[in-house]
Amino acid sequence: MTLPREKLLEWYHQMVLIRHFEERSLDIYHAPKPEDRHIGGVYLHVYNGQEATGVGALAALKPQDHVITAYRDHGIAIARGVDPKRIMAEMFGKKTGVSGGKGGSMHIASAEHRMWGGYAIVGGHLPLATGIAMKARYMDLDEVTLSFIGDGATNNGYFHEALNMSAVWKLPVIWLIENNLYGMGTAVEDASGQVALHKRAIAYGMEDGGRIDGMDVTVVYDAITQAREYAIKHGPILIESMTYRYEGHGVSDKVAKERKDEMAKFQDRDPIKLLAQQMHDAFGAGIDDEIKRIDAQALREVDESVQFALESPDPTYADLFSNIYA
Amino acid sequence: MADKNISMRDAVRNALLEEMRRDERVYIMGQEVGKWNGTHKVTRGFLDEFGPRRVKDAPISEMAIAGAAIGSAMVGLRPVAEIMTINFAFLALDQLINHAAKIHYMFDGQMKVPMVMRCATGWGNQATASHSQTPEPIFAHFPGLYVGCPSNARDAKGMLKAAIRDDNPVLFTEVIALYPKPGPVPDDEEFLVPIGKSDLKRDGDHVTLVAYGRGVDWALEAAKMLERDGVRAAVVDLRWLRPLDMSIVFESFKKTNRCVVVEESLPHFSFGSEIAAQIQDKMFDYMDAPVKRVSALDVPLPFAAEIELMALPNAQKVVDAVKEIL
Ligand SMILES: Cc1ncc(C[n+]2csc(CCOP(=O)(O)OP(=O)(O)O)c2C)c(N)n1
Ligand SMILES: [Mg+2]
Repeated sequence: MTLPREKLLEWYHQMVLIRHFEERSLDIYHAPKPEDRHIGGVYLHVYNGQEATGVGALAALKPQDHVITAYRDHGIAIARGVDPKRIMAEMFGKKTGVSGGKGGSMHIASAEHRMWGGYAIVGGHLPLATGIAMKARYMDLDEVTLSFIGDGATNNGYFHEALNMSAVWKLPVIWLIENNLYGMGTAVEDASGQVALHKRAIAYGMEDGGRIDGMDVTVVYDAITQAREYAIKHGPILIESMTYRYEGHGVSDKVAKERKDEMAKFQDRDPIKLLAQQMHDAFGAGIDDEIKRIDAQALREVDESVQFALESPDPTYADLFSNIYA
Repeated sequence: MADKNISMRDAVRNALLEEMRRDERVYIMGQEVGKWNGTHKVTRGFLDEFGPRRVKDAPISEMAIAGAAIGSAMVGLRPVAEIMTINFAFLALDQLINHAAKIHYMFDGQMKVPMVMRCATGWGNQATASHSQTPEPIFAHFPGLYVGCPSNARDAKGMLKAAIRDDNPVLFTEVIALYPKPGPVPDDEEFLVPIGKSDLKRDGDHVTLVAYGRGVDWALEAAKMLERDGVRAAVVDLRWLRPLDMSIVFESFKKTNRCVVVEESLPHFSFGSEIAAQIQDKMFDYMDAPVKRVSALDVPLPFAAEIELMALPNAQKVVDAVKEIL
C-alpha cells in the first residue's frame, strides 16, 4: 500500500462516520415510541454499503471542485466535509439544518463546500452538473464537477441530454455512476439494454472510464484522481462504480433484505472492513487500536449531531415565506 | 435620451446586446442562436460580436438547455437560454418547475438562480395545435419563477433588461406576431421596466379591460371601437403574470365597477380565472356585473384558416363582451 497512513485513517474515519450516522438515522426513523421519531416524512435513503464510492471519489477532488448528487446524499455531504450536526438537524426539520429545515433528507446542500445538493427528481441534477461545469470552461478555471448518477437514472432523458451536451462542449465533468444493482426494486438488467453502463460513454464520443470496484476506497480514489486530470485537460469521462445498498431503496423497501446471498457477497467485501484489513496488512497490528479509537470517536460525533438537532429550534411561520425569491 | 422607432424584434435584440456588452457573465444558449442567427433572428450577428464562448449553439435538448442554464446560474453566470417556441418548453417543465423555481427556497437561500428563459409564444398563420399556444399561465402557477410577456417594443426592451439583471429565474415570452411591430423605444442602456409593475395603457370610467401580451392590442382596438358608441374603456397591461400587480386594476375597477379580461390563451384554469377570482374577492363591494373573459375557445387549434380564426379572440369579441355587462 503506497498511500500514507494518515490519509487512509481519515478515509476510514469518514466511512465509519457515515455508517454510524445512517444507522442512527434509521433507528430514529423507526423508533418504537412515536415521540422518539424525530425524523419524519416518507423519505430516507441511506448510503450504507456505498461509503467507499463517496469517500474515495471526494478524496480525489480539490476544494475548488464541485459536487452534485441525487437524494441518497447524506454520506456524500459528510464526505465533502459538511458538518454532520447540520445534516442531522436538516433531517429533523430544524432551523439549524443546512437548508433551514426546508429541504429535508433528500435536499442536503452546502454552497460553501460547493456541494450543490441532493436532488429528488431522478436525473434532474445531471444538466445542472453540465451547467456548473460550463462555468469552469467559461472562466477558464481549474475546477471539475463530479456528478454522481444512480444506475436507474441512466435511463431517463436527462442522462442522454446532459452527457451529450457535456461531450459537445468538452466540459470538465466526471460522471460517476453508482451501480448498486437496483433502482428502487428494478434490477439493472430489467431496465437497461446495455448492462455495462460505462459503455454508454462510447455513444457520446466521451472517454469511457470503465468499471471499478466501488467497495474499495483506494481503487475509487485512484480512478477519480486520474479522471480529474483527464477531465480538466480533455473533457467529460464516464465511470461505473460497482457497489451495493445494504438497506434497500428507502425506509419502505422490505424486499431488499430478502436478497440474502447477494447481500452476503457484498458484505463480505464491506468497504469499512476491507480498509481495516488493508491497513492491518500494510501497517501491522499496531493500527488496530487506532481503528477502534476512530470508531468510538465517530459514534460520539453522531451522538453530538443528534443532541444538536434535538436542541435546535423549529422553523417559524416567517420561515415559511422566506427565500422564495432572492 | 430620445426614443427610436424600432420593431419589437430589434428591441429584444438591443436589450440582449446591451446587457451582454455591460456584463461579461451574461451569455446566450439555445438552438440555432449562433451560426443560424436565431430562429426569429433576434440574435443575428451575435456570434460575430461575442464568439462561441458567449453565444452557444445547443443541441436539440430542451431539458439540458434549461438545466445547464440553471446550473451555470447557481455558480455565478447569468444565462439567457432560448427555447425556440414555448411549445417546446414543455419538455423543460421539470427543470423550470422542480428546479429553477425551487432551488433558492429548498436550500434556504444558499444559491440563487439568475437565469432568463426566453421563448417565442402565441398562435398564428395556421401553425397548428402543437405549435400554437400561449400557455404562460401554466408557468405562473409556481412560486419562485417570474413570468413576463411584453405587449410592445418599449416594454420588451425594458422588461428583458430588468429580467437579466434580476437574481431570480424568469420565463420571458415574446409574442411572435408582435416581433415585426414597431414602437418608440428609449435608446438608453439604463432603461428598465421593473419586474412586477403593471401599466395603465388608457384610462376610462365605464369598464376595465385587463390583458397581457397580444391581448393588449385587442383590448386597445376594442376600446377605440367602444369609444364610437360613447363607452370609455380603461386598458390595463399586466405585463407580468408573476409577480402579479393588481393595484392599477383595482384602482380602475373602483371607478368602472366592470371588468373584461382579454387573453390569447385557453379559458380553463386560466389568466382570466385568476383575475376574476381576485376581483370578486377583493372588489366585491364595487362589483356591478360579472367579470367576463374573452379568450381562445376551449379547443386545440386546427389548421384550416377558416376555423382557426373562429377559435381565437379578437377586438369584436371584446366589444361584444363589454356590451353584455354594460
Ligand atoms: C423522474 C422521477 N421518476 C421516478 C422517481 C421515483 N424514484 C425515486 S428513486 C428511484 C430509483 C432510482 O434509482 P437509482 O438511480 O439507481 O438510484 P439509487 O436509489 O439506487 O441510489 C425512482 C424510480 C423520481 N423520484 N423521479
Ligand atoms: Mg441504483
